[in-house]
Amino acid sequence: MVQGHNELIAEKIEAHRGMAGGLLPLLHAVQDAIGYIPEESYLAIAEGMNLSVAEVHGVVGFYHHFRTHAPGRHILQVCRAESCQAMGCSELETYVKARLGVDYHGTSADHAVTLEPVYCLGNCALSPAVMFDEQVLGRVDKATIDELLNTLEAA
Amino acid sequence: MSVRVYVPCDSGALSMGAERVAKAICAEAERRGLVIELVRNGSRGLYWLETLVEVGTADGRVAYGPVKVADVASLFDADFLNGGAHALHLGVTDDLPWLKNQERLTFARVGITDPVSLDDYLAHDGYRGLRNALAMTPDAIVQQVTDSGLRGRGGAAFPTGIKWKTVAGCVADQKYIVCNADEGDSGTYSDRMIMEDDPYVLIEGMTIAAIAVGATQGYIYLRSEYPHALVSLNTAIERAQAAGYLGEHILGSAHTFHLEVRRAAGAYVCGEETSLLESLEGKRGLVRFKPPLPAIEGLFGKPTVVNNVISLATVPIVLDKGAEYYRDYGMGRSRGTLPIQLAGNIKQPGLVEKAFGVTLRELLYDYGGGSASGRPIRAVQVGGPLGAYLPESQFDTPLDYEKFSEIWAVLGHGGIVAFDDTVDMAKMARYAFEFCAVESCGKCTPCRIGSTRGVEVMDNIMQGKQVSKNIALVRDLSDTLLNGSLCALGGMTPYPVLSALNHFPEDFSKASAIASETALADPA
Ligand SMILES: NC(=O)c1ccc[n+]([C@@H]2O[C@H](COP(=O)([O-])OP(=O)(O)OC[C@H]3O[C@@H](n4cnc5c(N)ncnc54)[C@H](O)[C@@H]3O)[C@@H](O)[C@H]2O)c1
Ligand SMILES: Cc1cc2nc3c(=O)[nH]c(=O)nc-3n(C[C@H](O)[C@H](O)[C@H](O)COP(=O)(O)O)c2cc1C
Ligand code: SF4
Ligand code: FES
Ligand code: FES
Repeated sequence: MVQGHNELIAEKIEAHRGMAGGLLPLLHAVQDAIGYIPEESYLAIAEGMNLSVAEVHGVVGFYHHFRTHAPGRHILQVCRAESCQAMGCSELETYVKARLGVDYHGTSADHAVTLEPVYCLGNCALSPAVMFDEQVLGRVDKATIDELLNTLEAA
Repeated sequence: MSVRVYVPCDSGALSMGAERVAKAICAEAERRGLVIELVRNGSRGLYWLETLVEVGTADGRVAYGPVKVADVASLFDADFLNGGAHALHLGVTDDLPWLKNQERLTFARVGITDPVSLDDYLAHDGYRGLRNALAMTPDAIVQQVTDSGLRGRGGAAFPTGIKWKTVAGCVADQKYIVCNADEGDSGTYSDRMIMEDDPYVLIEGMTIAAIAVGATQGYIYLRSEYPHALVSLNTAIERAQAAGYLGEHILGSAHTFHLEVRRAAGAYVCGEETSLLESLEGKRGLVRFKPPLPAIEGLFGKPTVVNNVISLATVPIVLDKGAEYYRDYGMGRSRGTLPIQLAGNIKQPGLVEKAFGVTLRELLYDYGGGSASGRPIRAVQVGGPLGAYLPESQFDTPLDYEKFSEIWAVLGHGGIVAFDDTVDMAKMARYAFEFCAVESCGKCTPCRIGSTRGVEVMDNIMQGKQVSKNIALVRDLSDTLLNGSLCALGGMTPYPVLSALNHFPEDFSKASAIASETALADPA
């Protein structure tokens, strides 16, 4: 675990102690701050929230949103649900995977991008859709992906 | 007086570059020494025209779209600030047939107002329902919602008033209002639009629900895929609270209602109400056995109203205009309106709020304009990933809960996803099993094991292996899922699978046909 994370996590635990159903908000706070939920923090989280380590483990593992390893600098989520399929997202998926040289849940070699599948972004009127960090993009094609990744590489 | 220019801040519009368009318009106005007032409104729901820019003129708001950054200078050249002619000029927004022929009740303000402006909300009839409710007894509020005929818009269509009555009838030290904002269905985005584009109407609906059943705490369980909705809800909650519409002594009354947004974490099954409650309690989203119903033992074991965003956001207009006004729309036992979401391979996708009774064909062709690809529409999936696929021969079915049941289909949350004739329905059936396998909470065997088995069997069918034997196996598996699942994730996966198989059987024997052709051609 990266230095400084311990303190940050301890702070978040403090802020959520005693909150009704506070485990999910806490996990979100941790992931928002450092990008993932380090397994090394389960014990502290469990103690702070009055749970067993197994419970924390179970919750982190249940939800697709939570990550246990550090992601790349950016997250690219490609929608693969029906509306986007109807507009050709499978071709887009293949292209993105090849471009980044990774499969889903993988991180590109330069650590710039972690690729994730997502099942609907609520942008189905503008399928196919992807989400880059917190920015939704609609009617995405290969050119959109190239533009996005080229700016990253240039940066 | 400066001219008002409207550029949406809805995430759909943003996904088409609305932010850059807004900046470009401001920069261009400044360069030309023109003073404009930029309003960031919600989306009108004509998504194929996003970024849809509107200008306030003496004749009403005039629309231009779809506007790209590159069009901005030419719009100024064409004097668009006075509604001037331009290739992207669409005319007075309210006169566009696509909007004019809708019945926007729940979506009355969406796209018109600045979503987080409380003044705008109040100026457009906001909080009139709550004011009426405050002058009524809780029983009378529940009665009014019951009389309106409003049924759960999350998909199961249970009468909202009756659900509230159950909660109101419980004696407890604490009750909760939980808004189900998990909107996991592909092809649906009406909840998102309400939350991003008119958040106060949801807050008002939840407040009325709280007063009706005697709850003092509310939660909005919001899917993590909606970061824009999170910001707009939190801003609106803060402002409503500051103005006395939330918190203690609401508008000087004896009522208290606190409201908080909680983020989900990307599990589709957590849209199922009991899984959602587990998640809100900080646990894994395992589905609970029912009974007890959440209305009786819900969040932290207390009586809880769980309602969909649209159900709750429809309550204010019912309380404002009366039960009869709402009930007068619709057909049969489906009263009022449904915000329909056109998606997939469709030329003019967007939000169409119509009274129940409109047919699929009208929606797909009159509103949707046919497919985006220009090829024939071959299948539509209605009601999300657990909804049936309908072939063209069923396009004349009116949108009505009971009419859909009669053809073994569901309306669900009102999402319609169109596919053209390049779709492979065997692939879609396989995907339905795959989705169930990815999202299963794992509590019961048919869903957990059956879905994975379904994927394998579909793979064999798609490779042309023992097709008729394997199709029989798909039917068997579907039977087990239908009858042996604890919740509708496992229980409804057979809808897309069997409807694909029954209506498009040719797609399931394609591989074997090709295989036998090659066998004939190459008798080696
Ligand atoms: N919106 C989405 O994204 C989405 C996703 C998946 C599924 N769905 C829909 O969900 C539906 C299934 O939902 P469900 O399993 O919750 O259905 P359900 O029929 O079990 O329940 C419907 C609602 O009525 C309530 N209820 C039932 N009887 C009651 C009573 N006597 N008193 C008070 N309340 C009562 C339930 O608690 C629940 O809130 C499917 O039809 C599907 O269309 C929606
Ligand atoms: C797997 C599954 C997912 C669901 N997802 C949602 C959802 O995202 N939003 C929703 O409102 N209801 C969803 N439901 C339905 C809820 O269980 C419940 O019926 C609904 O929230 C009740 O609100 P309503 O009566 O206002 O529709 C889902 C049901 C199942 C079985
Ligand atoms: S049907 Fe699937 S999702 Fe529903 S309770 Fe059973 S295992 Fe969980
Ligand atoms: S299906 Fe891709 S955004 Fe909804
Ligand atoms: S719990 Fe065993 S079949 Fe559902």
